[in-house]
Amino acid sequence: MEKDLKFYLKLFSSTFTLSAFTIGGGYVIVPLMRKKFVEELKWVDEEEMLNLVAISQSAPGPIAINTSIMVGYKLAGVAGALLSTLGTSLPPLIIISIISMFYETFKSNFIINAILWGMRAGIAAVILDVIIKMVKDILKTKNKMSILIMVVTFIAAVFLDINAALIIIASGIFGACYYSNIKWFKLHNKNKEQLK
Amino acid sequence: MILFQIFISFFLIGLFSIGGGYAALPLIEHQVIEVHNWLSLLEFADLLTISQMTPGPIALNAATFVGTKVAGLPGAIIATLGCITPSCIIVLVLSYFYFKYKNLNSIQGILKGIRPAVVSLIASAGLSILALAIFKNENVTFFNFKLNDINNVSVILTLVSLFFLRKFKADPMHIIVVTGIAGIIIKSI
Repeated sequence: MEKDLKFYLKLFSSTFTLSAFTIGGGYVIVPLMRKKFVEELKWVDEEEMLNLVAISQSAPGPIAINTSIMVGYKLAGVAGALLSTLGTSLPPLIIISIISMFYETFKSNFIINAILWGMRAGIAAVILDVIIKMVKDILKTKNKMSILIMVVTFIAAVFLDINAALIIIASGIFGACYYSNIKWFKLHNKNKEQLK
Repeated sequence: MILFQIFISFFLIGLFSIGGGYAALPLIEHQVIEVHNWLSLLEFADLLTISQMTPGPIALNAATFVGTKVAGLPGAIIATLGCITPSCIIVLVLSYFYFKYKNLNSIQGILKGIRPAVVSLIASAGLSILALAIFKNENVTFFNFKLNDINNVSVILTLVSLFFLRKFKADPMHIIVVTGIAGIIIKSI
C-alpha cells in the first residue's frame, strides 16, 4: 500500500466520518470500524481487527480512540496513529462545543427543562439496563472470585465512598497476584503429576 | 492555572477509564462534581443525556462540555487533549509490542481483576443518576430519602423505559427521545 497524501486523507476522512455519525459510544463504533477497515477498505484482516479491538478494550481511555490509534499505527506508524486520533476526536469536540453554547442559553427555557426532566428518567433506565446486563455477564462466568470482587468493590464505592481510581488499581493488582498464582498452582500440579 | 487543572483532571479520567463507554462515568463524576465543583449533579445528568444523543465517546463529550463551561473553547481543547493523551501514550506502546510480539497474555490477570470492579463502579454512578431521576430534590439520595421525596411519575417513566429496554431490546436513542416528549406532555398538563 503506497502512503501518499491521498492515503492520509482517506485515513483522516474515514475516522472523522465514523466518529461524526456513530451515536452511542465505543460499543457502537467498533463494529462500524470493522465494517469500514476490514470489509470496505480491506486495510486490516478480520482476525487482526479482533486482536486490535481486544487490546483497545483493555487499555485505558475511550475504545473508539484506542482502536483508531491501533489501526492508524498498523497502517502508517506513529503519524498514522496521531492522524486517526485527530479524526476521531474532532467531531465530538466540534459538536459538543456548539451544543454547550446553546445549553447555557436554553437551560432556563421551560420546554427544554421539561424535555431534560423526562429524558433523565430515560437515561436512568438506559444505565440500569447496561448495569443489569453487565452484572448478569459477571454472574454467568460463575467465577466466584469475580463475583466477590464485584460485591466488595460495590460496597467500597457506594458505602465507604472510596475513590474509583484507587478501586481500579487495587483490583488490578489483586487480579495480577491472584490469577498468576492460580496459573502457577496449575503448572505446579501438572509437574507433580508428570513426575508420578 | 485553570487550564492546567482541567488538563490534569481529564488526563486522570482518560488514564483510569478502562473498559470504555460507561467505565468513564464514575471517574468523570468524581473529578467534575466532587473534586472541582465544575458541574452540579443536575448538569452532569444533562451532560449524559446530551452524550447519548450526540456522536463520540462519553469521556470526550464530557471533556468538551466541561472545558467549554469552565474556560471556553481553549478549555474544551485542553480537556480533550488531556483525555486522549494517556490513550495515545499507552496504546502506542501496546501497539508497538503487539506488532512486535503479537502476544499479550501477561495482562490477562490484571484485566480479570478489574472487570468486576468496573461493573460495581458503573453501578455506583448509576445509582446517583437514578436518584436524580426519581427524587424531587437534587440533594436527596438513597441514604436520606423519605417516601414523599419520590416523584411517582418519574418512577413510572423509568420503569416503563426499563421494561421496553429489557423486554423488547428497544434502541436507547428511541427511549431517550420518547421520554423527552413525555416530559413536555407531563409538564404541560
